Amino acid sequence: MTALDGNAIAGMLQTAFGQDMTAAPGTCAGCGAASRLGQARVYRGAGTVLRCPNCEGVLMVIIENGGVMGIDAQGLTDLHVPW
Amino acid sequence: MARAALLRRLTWQTGTIVKIVTETARTRTIALQVPEWRGHRGGQHVDIRLTADDGYQAQRSYSIASAPSDAQVEITVERLHDGEVSPYLVDQLRLGDELELRGPVGGYFVWQDSPGGPLLLIAGGSGIVPFRSMLRHHRSIHSTVPVQLLYSVRTPEDLFYREELMRMATSDEIDISLTFTRTQPPGWNGYDRRIDREMLVESGWSPGADPLVYVCGPTAFVETAAELLVGIGHDPRRIRTERFGGIGENP
Amino acid sequence: MTPTSRGFLGSRRTDADPSRIPPGQYVTTAFPVLSAGPTPHTPLDRWTFSIRGAVAEPISWTWDEFRALPSENITTDIHCVTKWSKLDTEWMGVSLDTLLAGVQSSAGHALVFCDGGYTTNLPIADLTGGKAWITYGFGGASLDSQHGGPARLLVPHLYFWKSAKWVRGLDLRDEDQPGFWERYGYHNYGDPWQEQRYSGD
Ligand SMILES: [Zn+2]
Repeated sequence: MTALDGNAIAGMLQTAFGQDMTAAPGTCAGCGAASRLGQARVYRGAGTVLRCPNCEGVLMVIIENGGVMGIDAQGLTDLHVPW
Repeated sequence: MARAALLRRLTWQTGTIVKIVTETARTRTIALQVPEWRGHRGGQHVDIRLTADDGYQAQRSYSIASAPSDAQVEITVERLHDGEVSPYLVDQLRLGDELELRGPVGGYFVWQDSPGGPLLLIAGGSGIVPFRSMLRHHRSIHSTVPVQLLYSVRTPEDLFYREELMRMATSDEIDISLTFTRTQPPGWNGYDRRIDREMLVESGWSPGADPLVYVCGPTAFVETAAELLVGIGHDPRRIRTERFGGIGENP
Repeated sequence: MTPTSRGFLGSRRTDADPSRIPPGQYVTTAFPVLSAGPTPHTPLDRWTFSIRGAVAEPISWTWDEFRALPSENITTDIHCVTKWSKLDTEWMGVSLDTLLAGVQSSAGHALVFCDGGYTTNLPIADLTGGKAWITYGFGGASLDSQHGGPARLLVPHLYFWKSAKWVRGLDLRDEDQPGFWERYGYHNYGDPWQEQRYSGD
Protein backbone atom coordinates (compact mmCIF):
# COMPACT_ATOMS: atom_id res chain seq x y z
CA MET A 1 0.00 0.00 0.00
CA THR A 2 2.85 2.41 0.71
CA ALA A 3 4.82 0.79 -2.10
CA LEU A 4 6.91 3.44 -3.73
CA ASP A 5 9.72 2.38 -5.98
CA GLY A 6 13.44 3.01 -5.94
CA ASN A 7 13.00 6.20 -7.99
CA ALA A 8 11.40 7.85 -4.97
CA ILE A 9 14.52 7.33 -2.84
CA ALA A 10 17.00 8.32 -5.57
CA GLY A 11 18.26 11.13 -3.32
CA MET A 12 18.86 8.84 -0.36
CA LEU A 13 20.62 6.27 -2.56
CA GLN A 14 22.77 8.93 -4.17
CA THR A 15 23.72 10.28 -0.76
CA ALA A 16 24.66 6.79 0.37
CA PHE A 17 26.57 5.67 -2.72
CA GLY A 18 27.86 9.02 -4.01
CA GLN A 19 26.16 8.63 -7.39
CA ASP A 20 22.90 7.64 -9.00
CA MET A 21 21.84 4.12 -8.11
CA THR A 22 18.35 3.91 -9.60
CA ALA A 23 19.79 2.61 -12.88
CA ALA A 24 22.16 0.17 -11.12
CA PRO A 25 21.33 -3.45 -11.95
CA GLY A 26 21.28 -6.04 -9.21
CA THR A 27 20.33 -9.69 -8.79
CA CYS A 28 17.97 -10.93 -6.08
CA ALA A 29 19.55 -13.52 -3.82
CA GLY A 30 16.15 -15.07 -3.22
CA CYS A 31 14.78 -15.66 -6.72
CA GLY A 32 17.60 -14.71 -9.06
CA ALA A 33 15.60 -11.99 -10.82
CA ALA A 34 17.62 -9.08 -12.21
CA SER A 35 16.26 -5.57 -11.74
CA ARG A 36 17.41 -2.00 -11.45
CA LEU A 37 17.25 -0.44 -8.01
CA GLY A 38 14.77 2.07 -9.47
CA GLN A 39 12.39 -0.84 -9.95
CA ALA A 40 12.66 -2.12 -6.38
CA ARG A 41 9.58 -1.82 -4.14
CA VAL A 42 10.37 0.61 -1.35
CA TYR A 43 8.84 0.47 2.11
CA ARG A 44 9.44 2.98 4.89
CA GLY A 45 9.36 1.52 8.36
CA ALA A 46 11.82 2.26 11.15
CA GLY A 47 14.30 2.32 8.26
CA THR A 48 13.96 1.87 4.50
CA VAL A 49 13.47 -1.55 2.90
CA LEU A 50 14.00 -2.25 -0.80
CA ARG A 51 12.25 -5.40 -1.97
CA CYS A 52 12.54 -7.45 -5.15
CA PRO A 53 9.89 -6.51 -7.74
CA ASN A 54 9.59 -10.19 -8.61
CA CYS A 55 9.44 -12.05 -5.26
CA GLU A 56 9.14 -9.25 -2.63
CA GLY A 57 12.25 -10.59 -0.90
CA VAL A 58 14.42 -8.06 0.93
CA LEU A 59 17.19 -6.73 -1.35
CA MET A 60 18.57 -3.93 0.74
CA VAL A 61 17.94 -2.23 4.07
CA ILE A 62 19.06 1.32 4.75
CA ILE A 63 19.07 2.84 8.19
CA GLU A 64 20.07 6.40 8.98
CA ASN A 65 21.57 6.96 12.40
CA GLY A 66 22.31 10.63 12.81
CA GLY A 67 24.31 11.59 9.75
CA VAL A 68 25.52 8.04 9.17
CA MET A 69 23.84 5.64 6.76
CA GLY A 70 24.05 1.91 7.26
CA ILE A 71 23.37 -0.24 4.22
CA ASP A 72 22.78 -3.97 4.29
CA ALA A 73 22.66 -5.47 0.79
CA GLN A 74 22.75 -9.15 1.70
CA GLY A 75 19.61 -9.72 -0.37
CA LEU A 76 21.54 -8.95 -3.55
CA THR A 77 23.97 -11.49 -4.99
CA ASP A 78 25.45 -8.71 -7.06
CA LEU A 79 24.99 -5.01 -7.58
CA HIS A 80 26.67 -3.18 -10.42
CA VAL A 81 27.69 0.20 -9.11
CA PRO A 82 28.31 1.98 -12.39
CA TRP A 83 31.50 3.86 -11.54
CA MET B 1 29.94 13.71 -17.88
CA ALA B 2 33.18 13.76 -15.97
CA ARG B 3 33.58 11.30 -13.16
CA ALA B 4 34.29 14.08 -10.70
CA ALA B 5 30.95 15.63 -11.49
CA LEU B 6 29.17 12.31 -11.06
CA LEU B 7 30.64 11.80 -7.65
CA ARG B 8 29.93 15.29 -6.42
CA ARG B 9 28.25 15.13 -3.09
CA LEU B 10 24.55 15.79 -3.08
CA THR B 11 24.01 19.00 -1.16
CA TRP B 12 20.96 21.04 -0.32
CA GLN B 13 20.46 24.20 -2.35
CA THR B 14 18.04 27.05 -1.91
CA GLY B 15 15.65 28.07 -4.66
CA THR B 16 13.31 31.05 -4.77
CA ILE B 17 9.68 30.70 -5.85
CA VAL B 18 9.23 32.84 -8.94
CA LYS B 19 5.98 31.50 -10.37
CA ILE B 20 2.99 29.51 -9.18
CA VAL B 21 0.40 28.10 -11.59
CA THR B 22 -2.83 26.46 -10.45
CA GLU B 23 -3.31 23.22 -12.42
CA THR B 24 -6.35 21.74 -10.67
CA ALA B 25 -8.22 22.37 -7.41
CA ARG B 26 -5.60 20.29 -5.59
CA THR B 27 -2.53 20.90 -7.69
CA ARG B 28 -0.04 23.68 -8.35
CA THR B 29 3.04 23.99 -10.48
CA ILE B 30 5.81 25.78 -8.61
CA ALA B 31 8.71 27.36 -10.50
CA LEU B 32 11.97 27.86 -8.63
CA GLN B 33 14.91 30.00 -9.51
CA VAL B 34 17.93 27.93 -8.44
CA PRO B 35 21.18 29.87 -8.75
CA GLU B 36 23.53 26.93 -9.17
CA TRP B 37 21.33 24.39 -10.92
CA ARG B 38 23.60 22.03 -12.79
CA GLY B 39 20.95 20.79 -15.19
CA HIS B 40 18.81 17.68 -15.26
CA ARG B 41 17.36 15.06 -17.58
CA GLY B 42 13.69 14.53 -18.31
CA GLY B 43 12.18 12.19 -15.70
CA GLN B 44 14.53 13.05 -12.85
CA HIS B 45 13.45 14.09 -9.36
CA VAL B 46 14.29 16.67 -6.77
CA ASP B 47 14.03 16.21 -3.02
CA ILE B 48 12.28 19.09 -1.28
CA ARG B 49 12.90 19.77 2.42
CA LEU B 50 10.85 21.94 4.75
CA THR B 51 12.19 23.20 8.07
CA ALA B 52 10.04 24.59 10.90
CA ASP B 53 11.22 27.36 13.24
CA ASP B 54 12.19 24.80 15.88
CA GLY B 55 14.26 22.70 13.48
CA TYR B 56 11.64 20.05 12.68
CA GLN B 57 12.08 18.85 9.11
CA ALA B 58 10.07 16.96 6.54
CA GLN B 59 11.24 15.89 3.12
CA ARG B 60 9.64 14.48 -0.04
CA SER B 61 10.73 13.64 -3.56
CA TYR B 62 9.01 15.23 -6.58
CA SER B 63 9.36 14.66 -10.31
CA ILE B 64 10.73 17.64 -12.20
CA ALA B 65 8.11 19.08 -14.55
CA SER B 66 10.31 21.47 -16.52
CA ALA B 67 12.68 20.79 -19.40
CA PRO B 68 16.45 20.80 -18.91
CA SER B 69 16.61 23.93 -21.09
CA ASP B 70 13.98 25.85 -19.11
CA ALA B 71 15.19 28.81 -17.10
CA GLN B 72 13.55 27.56 -13.92
CA VAL B 73 13.10 24.27 -12.15
CA GLU B 74 9.42 23.38 -11.89
CA ILE B 75 7.59 20.81 -9.83
CA THR B 76 3.89 20.02 -9.91
CA VAL B 77 2.51 19.12 -6.50
CA GLU B 78 -0.83 17.52 -5.70
CA ARG B 79 -2.22 18.04 -2.19
CA LEU B 80 -2.43 14.62 -0.56
CA HIS B 81 -4.99 13.91 2.10
CA ASP B 82 -3.01 13.44 5.33
CA GLY B 83 0.09 14.74 3.61
CA GLU B 84 2.64 16.76 5.51
CA VAL B 85 4.68 18.45 2.79
CA SER B 86 2.20 18.68 -0.09
CA PRO B 87 -0.46 20.74 1.76
CA TYR B 88 2.21 23.28 2.62
CA LEU B 89 3.49 23.47 -0.96
CA VAL B 90 -0.02 23.69 -2.42
CA ASP B 91 -1.71 25.97 0.11
CA GLN B 92 0.90 28.04 1.93
CA LEU B 93 3.91 28.61 -0.26
CA ARG B 94 4.00 32.10 -1.81
CA LEU B 95 5.97 33.92 -4.47
CA GLY B 96 9.34 35.01 -3.14
CA ASP B 97 9.54 32.23 -0.53
CA GLU B 98 12.68 30.15 -0.37
CA LEU B 99 12.63 26.38 -0.66
CA GLU B 100 15.40 23.89 -0.04
CA LEU B 101 16.01 21.27 -2.67
CA ARG B 102 18.63 18.75 -3.66
CA GLY B 103 19.10 17.08 -6.95
CA PRO B 104 18.56 16.28 -9.67
CA VAL B 105 18.42 12.63 -8.71
CA GLY B 106 17.53 9.45 -10.55
CA GLY B 107 18.98 7.86 -13.65
CA TYR B 108 16.59 5.03 -14.43
CA PHE B 109 13.32 6.71 -15.34
CA VAL B 110 14.88 9.29 -17.67
CA TRP B 111 14.75 10.07 -21.37
CA GLN B 112 17.25 12.20 -23.25
CA ASP B 113 17.07 11.55 -26.97
CA SER B 114 17.65 7.88 -27.23
CA PRO B 115 17.99 6.61 -30.74
CA GLY B 116 16.35 3.29 -31.34
CA GLY B 117 12.61 3.33 -31.50
CA PRO B 118 9.71 5.62 -30.84
CA LEU B 119 8.52 6.65 -27.39
CA LEU B 120 5.39 5.40 -25.69
CA LEU B 121 4.43 7.33 -22.56
CA ILE B 122 1.61 6.11 -20.31
CA ALA B 123 0.50 8.36 -17.47
CA GLY B 124 -2.03 7.85 -14.71
CA GLY B 125 -3.11 10.99 -12.83
CA SER B 126 -0.15 13.02 -11.61
CA GLY B 127 2.10 10.47 -13.36
CA ILE B 128 2.03 12.98 -16.22
CA VAL B 129 4.58 15.23 -14.48
CA PRO B 130 7.85 13.58 -15.62
CA PHE B 131 6.42 13.27 -19.12
CA ARG B 132 5.93 17.01 -19.32
CA SER B 133 9.67 17.35 -18.74
CA MET B 134 10.45 14.73 -21.38
CA LEU B 135 8.01 16.22 -23.92
CA ARG B 136 9.31 19.75 -23.40
CA HIS B 137 12.82 18.43 -23.86
CA HIS B 138 11.72 16.59 -27.00
CA ARG B 139 10.47 19.87 -28.44
CA SER B 140 13.39 21.99 -27.35
CA ILE B 141 15.91 19.73 -29.06
CA HIS B 142 13.64 19.35 -32.13
CA SER B 143 13.72 15.61 -31.69
CA THR B 144 12.33 13.59 -34.56
CA VAL B 145 11.55 10.60 -32.32
CA PRO B 146 7.81 9.95 -32.68
CA VAL B 147 5.93 9.96 -29.38
CA GLN B 148 2.58 8.57 -28.31
CA LEU B 149 1.22 9.64 -24.94
CA LEU B 150 -1.72 7.93 -23.29
CA TYR B 151 -2.93 9.92 -20.29
CA SER B 152 -5.59 8.58 -17.93
CA VAL B 153 -7.46 10.89 -15.54
CA ARG B 154 -10.70 10.55 -13.64
CA THR B 155 -12.41 13.77 -14.68
CA PRO B 156 -11.66 16.77 -16.91
CA GLU B 157 -10.95 18.76 -13.74
CA ASP B 158 -8.06 16.39 -12.94
CA LEU B 159 -6.21 17.09 -16.17
CA PHE B 160 -2.82 18.80 -15.73
CA TYR B 161 -1.20 21.07 -18.37
CA ARG B 162 -4.32 21.16 -20.56
CA GLU B 163 -3.30 24.00 -22.92
CA GLU B 164 0.29 22.92 -23.16
CA LEU B 165 -0.67 19.36 -24.05
CA MET B 166 -3.08 20.63 -26.69
CA ARG B 167 -0.29 22.72 -28.22
CA MET B 168 2.10 19.77 -28.11
CA ALA B 169 -0.43 17.56 -29.85
CA THR B 170 -0.32 19.82 -32.90
CA SER B 171 3.25 18.66 -33.49
CA ASP B 172 3.72 15.97 -36.15
CA GLU B 173 5.84 13.89 -33.81
CA ILE B 174 3.57 13.90 -30.78
CA ASP B 175 0.27 12.03 -30.53
CA ILE B 176 -1.79 12.41 -27.37
CA SER B 177 -4.72 10.21 -26.31
CA LEU B 178 -6.77 10.95 -23.22
CA THR B 179 -9.09 8.76 -21.26
CA PHE B 180 -11.52 10.11 -18.67
CA THR B 181 -12.37 7.19 -16.43
CA ARG B 182 -15.09 8.69 -14.27
CA THR B 183 -16.57 11.86 -15.80
CA GLN B 184 -16.13 12.93 -19.41
CA PRO B 185 -16.26 16.45 -20.84
CA PRO B 186 -19.52 17.35 -22.63
CA GLY B 187 -19.56 15.93 -26.12
CA TRP B 188 -16.56 13.72 -25.48
CA ASN B 189 -16.27 10.83 -27.90
CA GLY B 190 -12.86 9.56 -26.84
CA TYR B 191 -11.99 6.95 -24.24
CA ASP B 192 -14.12 6.83 -21.10
CA ARG B 193 -12.66 3.84 -19.29
CA ARG B 194 -9.56 2.61 -17.49
CA ILE B 195 -6.68 1.63 -19.71
CA ASP B 196 -7.09 -1.82 -21.18
CA ARG B 197 -5.58 -4.03 -23.82
CA GLU B 198 -7.70 -2.64 -26.63
CA MET B 199 -6.77 0.95 -25.78
CA LEU B 200 -3.05 0.13 -25.74
CA VAL B 201 -3.31 -1.67 -29.06
CA GLU B 202 -5.19 1.26 -30.63
CA SER B 203 -3.28 4.17 -29.16
CA GLY B 204 0.20 2.85 -28.47
CA TRP B 205 2.99 1.70 -30.70
CA SER B 206 2.81 -1.96 -31.58
CA PRO B 207 5.59 -4.16 -30.18
CA GLY B 208 6.85 -4.43 -33.77
CA ALA B 209 7.84 -0.75 -33.68
CA ASP B 210 10.07 -1.62 -30.70
CA PRO B 211 9.17 1.47 -28.69
CA LEU B 212 10.80 2.58 -25.49
CA VAL B 213 7.94 2.59 -22.98
CA TYR B 214 7.61 4.70 -19.84
CA VAL B 215 4.75 4.19 -17.40
CA CYS B 216 4.16 6.52 -14.44
CA GLY B 217 1.30 6.67 -11.97
CA PRO B 218 -0.09 5.13 -8.82
CA THR B 219 1.14 1.62 -8.04
CA ALA B 220 -2.02 -0.18 -9.16
CA PHE B 221 -2.13 1.78 -12.42
CA VAL B 222 1.50 1.05 -13.22
CA GLU B 223 1.13 -2.63 -12.47
CA THR B 224 -1.96 -2.94 -14.66
CA ALA B 225 -0.35 -1.05 -17.54
CA ALA B 226 2.92 -2.99 -17.36
CA GLU B 227 1.08 -6.32 -17.35
CA LEU B 228 -1.04 -5.32 -20.33
CA LEU B 229 2.03 -4.14 -22.26
CA VAL B 230 3.88 -7.38 -21.69
CA GLY B 231 0.67 -9.25 -22.55
CA ILE B 232 0.49 -7.66 -26.00
CA GLY B 233 4.11 -8.49 -26.68
CA HIS B 234 6.21 -5.54 -25.54
CA ASP B 235 9.70 -6.44 -24.39
CA PRO B 236 9.80 -6.04 -20.58
CA ARG B 237 13.36 -4.74 -20.91
CA ARG B 238 12.03 -1.79 -22.94
CA ILE B 239 9.47 -0.83 -20.27
CA ARG B 240 10.47 1.57 -17.51
CA THR B 241 8.12 2.24 -14.66
CA GLU B 242 7.78 4.73 -11.87
CA ARG B 243 5.15 4.24 -9.25
CA PHE B 244 4.11 6.39 -6.38
CA GLY B 245 2.29 4.99 -3.39
CA GLY B 246 -0.38 6.52 -1.25
CA ILE B 247 -3.79 5.40 -2.29
CA GLY B 248 -3.64 2.47 -4.64
CA GLU B 249 -6.69 3.76 -6.47
CA ASN B 250 -6.76 3.57 -10.23
CA PRO B 251 -7.16 6.91 -12.01
CA MET C 1 22.48 27.58 7.53
CA THR C 2 19.18 25.93 6.76
CA PRO C 3 16.48 28.46 5.87
CA THR C 4 13.20 27.94 7.69
CA SER C 5 9.97 27.49 5.80
CA ARG C 6 7.64 30.36 6.71
CA GLY C 7 4.64 29.04 8.61
CA PHE C 8 5.57 25.39 8.29
CA LEU C 9 4.58 23.27 11.26
CA GLY C 10 4.10 19.86 9.72
CA SER C 11 1.36 17.60 10.94
CA ARG C 12 2.34 18.30 14.52
CA ARG C 13 0.61 19.48 17.62
CA THR C 14 2.59 21.99 19.58
CA ASP C 15 0.21 22.27 22.55
CA ALA C 16 0.96 18.86 24.05
CA ASP C 17 2.04 18.31 27.68
CA PRO C 18 5.84 18.14 27.40
CA SER C 19 6.09 15.57 30.20
CA ARG C 20 4.34 13.09 27.94
CA ILE C 21 6.79 13.49 25.06
CA PRO C 22 9.98 11.39 25.10
CA PRO C 23 13.20 13.14 24.04
CA GLY C 24 13.50 13.88 20.34
CA GLN C 25 9.84 13.13 19.59
CA TYR C 26 7.19 15.32 17.92
CA VAL C 27 3.47 14.96 18.51
CA THR C 28 1.31 14.30 15.49
CA THR C 29 -2.44 14.00 15.04
CA ALA C 30 -1.99 11.92 11.89
CA PHE C 31 -1.38 8.18 12.02
CA PRO C 32 1.54 7.62 9.65
CA VAL C 33 1.64 4.21 8.00
CA LEU C 34 5.01 2.54 8.37
CA SER C 35 5.81 -0.92 7.17
CA ALA C 36 8.75 -3.10 6.24
CA GLY C 37 6.79 -4.83 3.49
CA PRO C 38 3.51 -5.25 1.64
CA THR C 39 0.22 -5.48 3.50
CA PRO C 40 -0.76 -9.15 3.85
CA HIS C 41 -4.39 -10.17 3.55
CA THR C 42 -4.90 -13.35 5.52
CA PRO C 43 -8.57 -14.41 5.51
CA LEU C 44 -9.98 -14.52 9.04
CA ASP C 45 -11.00 -18.16 8.64
CA ARG C 46 -7.34 -19.02 8.20
CA TRP C 47 -6.03 -16.66 10.89
CA THR C 48 -4.71 -18.07 14.16
CA PHE C 49 -2.75 -16.69 17.07
CA SER C 50 -0.19 -19.14 18.46
CA ILE C 51 2.19 -19.34 21.38
CA ARG C 52 4.91 -21.89 20.70
CA GLY C 53 8.61 -22.51 21.21
CA ALA C 54 9.92 -23.11 24.74
CA VAL C 55 6.53 -24.00 26.17
CA ALA C 56 5.21 -27.16 27.81
CA GLU C 57 2.44 -27.24 25.23
CA PRO C 58 1.91 -24.92 22.24
CA ILE C 59 -1.43 -23.16 22.17
CA SER C 60 -3.40 -21.62 19.34
CA TRP C 61 -6.65 -19.67 18.92
CA THR C 62 -8.77 -19.28 15.81
CA TRP C 63 -10.15 -15.83 15.06
CA ASP C 64 -13.52 -16.68 16.60
CA GLU C 65 -11.90 -18.17 19.69
CA PHE C 66 -9.64 -15.15 19.98
CA ARG C 67 -12.52 -12.71 19.72
CA ALA C 68 -14.34 -14.62 22.44
CA LEU C 69 -11.51 -13.94 24.93
CA PRO C 70 -12.07 -11.14 27.45
CA SER C 71 -11.03 -7.84 25.87
CA GLU C 72 -9.86 -4.53 27.28
CA ASN C 73 -10.03 -0.95 26.10
CA ILE C 74 -6.65 0.75 26.21
CA THR C 75 -5.97 4.47 25.90
CA THR C 76 -2.27 5.15 25.53
CA ASP C 77 0.45 7.24 23.89
CA ILE C 78 2.57 5.68 21.15
CA HIS C 79 6.08 6.65 20.09
CA CYS C 80 7.61 5.80 16.71
CA VAL C 81 11.38 5.70 16.26
CA THR C 82 10.94 7.94 13.18
CA LYS C 83 10.23 10.66 15.79
CA TRP C 84 6.47 10.98 15.81
CA SER C 85 4.38 10.39 18.90
CA LYS C 86 0.62 10.13 18.98
CA LEU C 87 -1.25 10.77 22.21
CA ASP C 88 -4.38 9.17 23.64
CA THR C 89 -4.77 6.50 21.02
CA GLU C 90 -7.67 4.13 21.73
CA TRP C 91 -7.26 0.42 21.21
CA MET C 92 -9.23 -2.70 21.97
CA GLY C 93 -7.72 -6.11 22.41
CA VAL C 94 -6.71 -9.01 24.59
CA SER C 95 -4.07 -8.63 27.29
CA LEU C 96 -0.98 -10.79 26.91
CA ASP C 97 -1.53 -11.68 30.58
CA THR C 98 -4.73 -13.42 29.51
CA LEU C 99 -3.03 -15.20 26.62
CA LEU C 100 0.00 -16.31 28.65
CA ALA C 101 -2.02 -17.34 31.73
CA GLY C 102 -2.37 -20.94 30.62
CA VAL C 103 1.13 -21.27 29.19
CA GLN C 104 3.81 -23.10 31.13
CA SER C 105 7.22 -21.78 30.26
CA SER C 106 10.41 -20.61 31.87
CA ALA C 107 11.51 -18.72 28.75
CA GLY C 108 12.71 -15.17 29.25
CA HIS C 109 12.32 -13.91 25.68
CA ALA C 110 9.79 -13.81 22.90
CA LEU C 111 10.24 -13.49 19.16
CA VAL C 112 7.02 -12.09 17.76
CA PHE C 113 6.09 -13.44 14.33
CA CYS C 114 3.74 -11.97 11.76
CA ASP C 115 2.17 -12.43 8.35
CA GLY C 116 4.62 -11.16 5.76
CA GLY C 117 7.63 -12.47 7.69
CA TYR C 118 8.20 -9.53 10.04
CA THR C 119 9.62 -10.32 13.48
CA THR C 120 10.54 -8.38 16.61
CA ASN C 121 11.97 -9.49 19.94
CA LEU C 122 11.01 -8.56 23.49
CA PRO C 123 11.66 -9.79 27.02
CA ILE C 124 8.63 -11.70 28.35
CA ALA C 125 8.69 -9.29 31.29
CA ASP C 126 7.70 -6.51 28.88
CA LEU C 127 4.74 -8.48 27.59
CA THR C 128 3.22 -9.23 31.00
CA GLY C 129 1.96 -7.15 33.90
CA GLY C 130 -0.65 -5.18 31.94
CA LYS C 131 1.89 -3.72 29.51
CA ALA C 132 1.03 -5.46 26.23
CA TRP C 133 -2.02 -6.50 24.21
CA ILE C 134 -2.99 -8.17 20.97
CA THR C 135 -5.33 -5.55 19.54
CA TYR C 136 -8.01 -5.74 16.87
CA GLY C 137 -9.82 -2.46 17.45
CA PHE C 138 -8.66 1.11 16.96
CA GLY C 139 -10.62 4.31 17.59
CA GLY C 140 -13.88 2.42 18.01
CA ALA C 141 -13.63 0.49 14.73
CA SER C 142 -11.87 -2.66 13.68
CA LEU C 143 -8.16 -2.21 13.11
CA ASP C 144 -7.43 -1.26 9.51
CA SER C 145 -5.08 -3.58 7.61
CA GLN C 146 -2.71 -0.69 6.83
CA HIS C 147 -2.29 -0.19 10.58
CA GLY C 148 -1.76 -3.90 11.23
CA GLY C 149 -5.23 -5.45 11.19
CA PRO C 150 -6.70 -7.92 11.71
CA ALA C 151 -4.48 -7.97 14.80
CA ARG C 152 -1.50 -6.01 16.03
CA LEU C 153 0.72 -6.35 19.07
CA LEU C 154 0.57 -3.21 21.21
CA VAL C 155 3.53 -2.55 23.55
CA PRO C 156 3.21 1.20 24.03
CA HIS C 157 6.09 1.62 26.50
CA LEU C 158 8.60 0.69 23.78
CA TYR C 159 9.22 2.25 20.35
CA PHE C 160 6.40 1.37 18.04
CA TRP C 161 8.32 -1.02 15.74
CA LYS C 162 8.00 -3.46 18.68
CA SER C 163 4.21 -3.22 18.28
CA ALA C 164 4.26 -5.64 15.36
CA LYS C 165 1.59 -5.35 12.68
CA TRP C 166 -0.24 -8.41 11.31
CA VAL C 167 0.85 -10.42 14.36
CA ARG C 168 0.29 -14.18 14.34
CA GLY C 169 2.03 -15.36 17.46
CA LEU C 170 4.89 -15.55 19.92
CA ASP C 171 7.86 -17.86 19.75
CA LEU C 172 9.01 -18.14 23.38
CA ARG C 173 12.75 -18.59 23.71
CA ASP C 174 15.31 -19.22 26.42
CA GLU C 175 17.78 -17.09 24.51
CA ASP C 176 17.14 -13.73 22.95
CA GLN C 177 17.11 -13.54 19.17
CA PRO C 178 16.97 -10.18 17.37
CA GLY C 179 13.98 -9.46 15.13
CA PHE C 180 13.84 -7.72 11.75
CA TRP C 181 14.83 -4.15 12.62
CA GLU C 182 16.94 -5.22 15.59
CA ARG C 183 19.09 -7.27 13.20
CA TYR C 184 19.67 -4.23 10.98
CA GLY C 185 20.94 -2.05 13.79
CA TYR C 186 17.95 -0.77 15.71
CA HIS C 187 18.13 -1.03 19.48
CA ASN C 188 17.45 -4.42 20.97
CA TYR C 189 15.13 -3.04 23.66
CA GLY C 190 13.90 0.33 22.35
CA ASP C 191 12.88 2.45 25.35
CA PRO C 192 11.75 5.84 23.97
CA TRP C 193 12.40 7.59 27.33
CA GLN C 194 16.06 6.49 27.15
CA GLU C 195 16.05 7.35 23.43
CA GLN C 196 17.22 3.83 22.58
CA ARG C 197 16.81 4.15 18.83
CA TYR C 198 19.90 2.42 17.49
CA SER C 199 22.10 -0.34 18.77
CA GLY C 200 24.60 1.37 21.08
CA ASP C 201 22.28 4.25 22.08
ZN1 LIG D 1 13.47 -11.88 -5.92
